[in-house]
Amino acid sequence: MQKRTLWKLISVLTMMAAACGGGDGSSEDPAPPTEAAAPAFDPATAGNISGMVMIDGEMPAAEELTMNSDPVCAMSATNTMSNTFVGGNGHLGNVFIYVKEGLEGQSFPAATETVTLNQEGCRYTPHVFGVQVGQTVQIVNSDPTLHNIHATPTENDEFNMGQPIQNMTFERTFDSPEVMVPFKCDVHGWMNAYVGVVAHPYFATTGQDGMFDISSLPPGDYVIEAWHEALGTQTQNITVTTGGTAEVSFTFTVS
Amino acid sequence: MTWLHNYSRLLAVATVLLIAAGGMVTSTGAGLSVPDWPSSYGYFMFAFPLSSMVGGIFYEHGHRLIASTVGILTIGLVICLWLYDPRRWMRWVGVAALVTVILQGIMGGITVLYFLPTPVSISHAGIAQIFFCLTVSLALFTSPGWHKTYEATKHNDHIISTLATGLPILIYVQILIGATMRHTGAGLAIPDFPLVLGGLVPHTWNFSIAIHFLHRLGGIITTLAIFATLGHLLTHHRTRRDLIRPTWFLALLVVIQVGLGGWTVLSQRAPLINTAHVVTGAIVLASALVLGLRVNRHRFPIENPLRLSTTATRETS
Repeated sequence: MQKRTLWKLISVLTMMAAACGGGDGSSEDPAPPTEAAAPAFDPATAGNISGMVMIDGEMPAAEELTMNSDPVCAMSATNTMSNTFVGGNGHLGNVFIYVKEGLEGQSFPAATETVTLNQEGCRYTPHVFGVQVGQTVQIVNSDPTLHNIHATPTENDEFNMGQPIQNMTFERTFDSPEVMVPFKCDVHGWMNAYVGVVAHPYFATTGQDGMFDISSLPPGDYVIEAWHEALGTQTQNITVTTGGTAEVSFTFTVS
Repeated sequence: MTWLHNYSRLLAVATVLLIAAGGMVTSTGAGLSVPDWPSSYGYFMFAFPLSSMVGGIFYEHGHRLIASTVGILTIGLVICLWLYDPRRWMRWVGVAALVTVILQGIMGGITVLYFLPTPVSISHAGIAQIFFCLTVSLALFTSPGWHKTYEATKHNDHIISTLATGLPILIYVQILIGATMRHTGAGLAIPDFPLVLGGLVPHTWNFSIAIHFLHRLGGIITTLAIFATLGHLLTHHRTRRDLIRPTWFLALLVVIQVGLGGWTVLSQRAPLINTAHVVTGAIVLASALVLGLRVNRHRFPIENPLRLSTTATRETS
């Protein structure tokens, strides 16, 4: 009697274990394509924005990243310095610049080219970049070690995918504007990147010289925002005229 | 049945190791370093290459391996209880432990697949403590002392009954508050210690500060309750070594635990210190539970000594 009850118990547990299959947590539903529409203005009247981002105060020293937790990273990494503060001579790189206001109600052609986020030397390249809503981001693992790619947006769907084999790729799109969507690798805690998702093609990321250009804007009044991962955001109002180039500069203060 | 007692103790020790591994997963932020479940990067859990256990995977996959081992040990213990322990209620305590560990495993999977939702993570931490309490209880119920000391445990002291019964509940609530603080990122909401934002009470409030302050307040109340229990036992039950010893142990542990809590804050949540705080909290709870069960020993069914000795004879023959 006692043993019969035990066997019943074991049978129930076996069925429970069989029923507890897991999934990989991924969602392969493609994002709805952005509606292709002609620009709502005559390209011949377009203007441009040109500018630079400066830093007021001493640029914080780049932090050295400790990669000892993965021997492959420790041996293969060619750059172990943090990308949070890059630039020199008062110029600040890795700042995301975009048109925040002034384009409401307008539609823009969907971006067709694919943007690549590469994991190489146990770093994300690029560290800061932008895409349009619906634009494809191809994520590549160029390292001979495994990575997980964990995006933690608030307006878009969170995802976490594993890439255990070198040269694995997968593609993702974002359905809603969001500045910024953080990426991280939970295996290698020092790996992070940020993507600005915007509804239009008017964005740029500053290089090490702090310079940026945004071209072919419809003439009009705009609010431009500059975003830096450690120094926050700043906005400025500018006016773009037909055929003209509006100059703008941002200065982030480091205390 | 010494072997059954030793087996139960092994399970309890393995559970401490499991709690420590889980603590390291949270403390190092490695909870999502293995994005799939129940597989690990597509591998069957036990086939995942050791060489790939790098970075956060070392903690997360290690936690899964230890959890699986604990699950297997629990299944084995339940089978042994049903075969060799004559106490019907004991078998069901074993089943409760098994159901809890299965539930805990599923909760762990949900935390991974749904990106560490806070309520699930807190529940995962809370269920871990319940499972640990069950394993400690099983070890106590199978111990020789549990059978021998029955007659000596009768008492009419309602104060010690209340204190010893309330203590594990109080500590469990304190652990849940701590888990809420930990999984809502409020561990450094009050960055100084022993002061609180420079004073005795926060001068500004939000959820993070409130839950953090509540955890500190809970620590003070728990410490006072433990020392009150110790004082009462030393005054009224000086001959009860089976109660005095775990209470002295509790008093020592709670002092260490308060120190570890402060050190966790001052070290900016250094993973090893933070995990030591989690593990010590679990041992404080288990010690209070042992005390509570021993104080209430007379409320449990009297074992039939004849039946127990018959089983023991069958086992040795």
